[in-house]
Amino acid sequence: MEENSDARGAVGEYKAGWHDPEKSTIRFDFGLSEEVVREISNLKDEPRWMTEIRVKAFKHFSKRKMPTWGNMSMLEEIDFDKICYYLRSSESTKKDWDDVPEDIRNTFERLGIPEAEQKWLSGVTAQYESEAVYHSIREDLESQGVIFLDMDSGLREYPDLVKKWFCSVVPYSDNKFSALNTAVWSGGSFIYVPEGVHVEMPVQAYFRINAKNMGQFERTLIIADKGSSIHYVEGCTAPTYSTDSLHSAIVELIALPGSHIRYSTIQNWSSNVYNLVTKRGIAHEKAKIEWVDGNIGSKLTMKYPAVILKGEGSHAEVISVAYSGAGQHQDAGAKIHHLASNTTSKILSKSISKNGGRGSYRGMVTVSPKADNCKLNVVCDALILDEGSRSDTYPTMEVANSTARCEHEASVSKVSDEQLFYLMSRGHSEEESLAMIVNGFFEPFTRELPMEYAVELNQLMALEMEGSIG
Amino acid sequence: MSLLEIKDLRAGISGTEILKGINLKIGAGEIHAIMGRNGSGKTTTANIIMGHPDFDVEAGDVLLEGESLLELESWERARKGVFLSFQYPQAVPGLQVGNFLRKSVASIRGEEEAKGSAFRERLTEAMEALDIPRTFMSRYVNDGFSGGEKKRFEILQLMLLRPRLAVLDETDSGLDIDGIKTVAEGVNAAIRGTDSGALIITHYSRILEHVQPDMVHVLLDGKIVSSGGPELATKLEEKGYEWLKQE
Repeated sequence: MEENSDARGAVGEYKAGWHDPEKSTIRFDFGLSEEVVREISNLKDEPRWMTEIRVKAFKHFSKRKMPTWGNMSMLEEIDFDKICYYLRSSESTKKDWDDVPEDIRNTFERLGIPEAEQKWLSGVTAQYESEAVYHSIREDLESQGVIFLDMDSGLREYPDLVKKWFCSVVPYSDNKFSALNTAVWSGGSFIYVPEGVHVEMPVQAYFRINAKNMGQFERTLIIADKGSSIHYVEGCTAPTYSTDSLHSAIVELIALPGSHIRYSTIQNWSSNVYNLVTKRGIAHEKAKIEWVDGNIGSKLTMKYPAVILKGEGSHAEVISVAYSGAGQHQDAGAKIHHLASNTTSKILSKSISKNGGRGSYRGMVTVSPKADNCKLNVVCDALILDEGSRSDTYPTMEVANSTARCEHEASVSKVSDEQLFYLMSRGHSEEESLAMIVNGFFEPFTRELPMEYAVELNQLMALEMEGSIG
Repeated sequence: MSLLEIKDLRAGISGTEILKGINLKIGAGEIHAIMGRNGSGKTTTANIIMGHPDFDVEAGDVLLEGESLLELESWERARKGVFLSFQYPQAVPGLQVGNFLRKSVASIRGEEEAKGSAFRERLTEAMEALDIPRTFMSRYVNDGFSGGEKKRFEILQLMLLRPRLAVLDETDSGLDIDGIKTVAEGVNAAIRGTDSGALIITHYSRILEHVQPDMVHVLLDGKIVSSGGPELATKLEEKGYEWLKQE
């Protein structure tokens, strides 16, 4: 494997910045056209309705304007003609790590995925470039009727189920990037949990971009049937190149009555990746959807996990952290729509900016006129580690029902010299002390993660703090 | 060789001289007290021993067992065995007490002592001595602590870290009689009968009744104006500081 030392030096301690030599079995030319879209669909031998929706989405994408929020100047730098929209590196999805091509297997071993699978996961899918290369689920879950597949296999094996729910939560016309994803999607996860089944251990998806100027457009659809529960965890990394890649995913969650979906993300893309993702769930009666969303890497992230509280008594939680270092802008937040009575929601957003990085909280909570007795709680905290770094908050609340109870708190703080001195007097170096303060700040988030992830996140933040003391 | 030696120390903050030539020697196994009014330089002395970056040393030296501390970062001093019980301990939200104690013990006493049952036993013993409930361990460092809890937490750290030199900066202020007794017992447990030493900085003689210092020094306007045995503390309690100015 090669190390891209120049680019790594420029961004500092990014541990997953190495890349494999690119070996593709199918690679499309740069650029996007209706032909490319049809070819992707054709290659995957998809049903006609899927081809048609892809083409419609492509047409919408072509005329749709860029978002007018987030970081418009960074968005304008994206050159859609210099992106590879489809790249396949393995012939098919394997069920045994030994069957995965060796270099790709090595990549995931280096990232610790097979080891984690053995220890604490119910199932794993690993996506490399455009396609899932490995996929497995514990047999006991399979025998209970749990479906956990990569999205392409899901469409092949359960076309009716996919057709019923695909684009039902995020229509392709939602925004420019949801249109793009719908046009060229490949990979992602398809999950169905039958009525009353509880998947105790998390299932994990791991996304890796390896090639330069790559576009990764995975598509995930999770359906939790009545009274069921599942915890889905995703992680992502990419090599550090001097040119940009684009990751633009869609995640749709359907939580049927009384079910519980928790979706956790640790996004650690290298700092040349645009991460423009639409994540949204619909919660039916008494269902619960939680987004636990950690944004550590990428150049620009624009992501606002959303929940539509459609059924009475449903509950939404969005807990997110964002870390913005040099040259990074994390524009993240949450959207919650209270459409039914007695629905409750909680947003906790924590952001840290350092070395000139920029973090923004952008959130929207609405309560419709018919929704009585709703409870909303929004807390955003920002920690700024040095001069020149920036933190902004853009909260919106539209409450059209007077019985709603709304709480909103926001704080911006800086690390004080006295705090550092206190910790240093207990034998901790300045960097260790800063990492303790930062990890403490993120603690309300990390305690929601499976332990293995929490440890990894803490280590990641400790690395980010290294060399940060002038 | 003294455990701690302060030699002709002149020091201050942002250009203002606060300590105007201090000399002090603490031997192994000794407990000394510095008394003085607000603004006399007590906290400055404590901060300089621990290495607070805001204070500037203009002249003189601070030596721990003959080795100068002045060029060392505060965390390096801590690893050499200097401990400061803070007048205003800082809150670190999200940092769990148990986790923090283990990490501090690991960095100062070594990994071995921070592991497994040895650590737990020592911790339980110290917590019982200080009347600290178990639930304390999962709270965040000094976050939402009462004044008394903060001071007891400082002494808990003192007992676990077992420093060569403990400096207590007004640890007794704001505590009731029971609190002062508990703190004093903690100091006695950590220092008495060992070859470590302590410097207790205080306004009041009450804590000294329970600790029985070997020496008491009076700091006035950046200078030590009087030194003596425990009886000096009693005299200060009765007569105040005015008589020292007249002498």
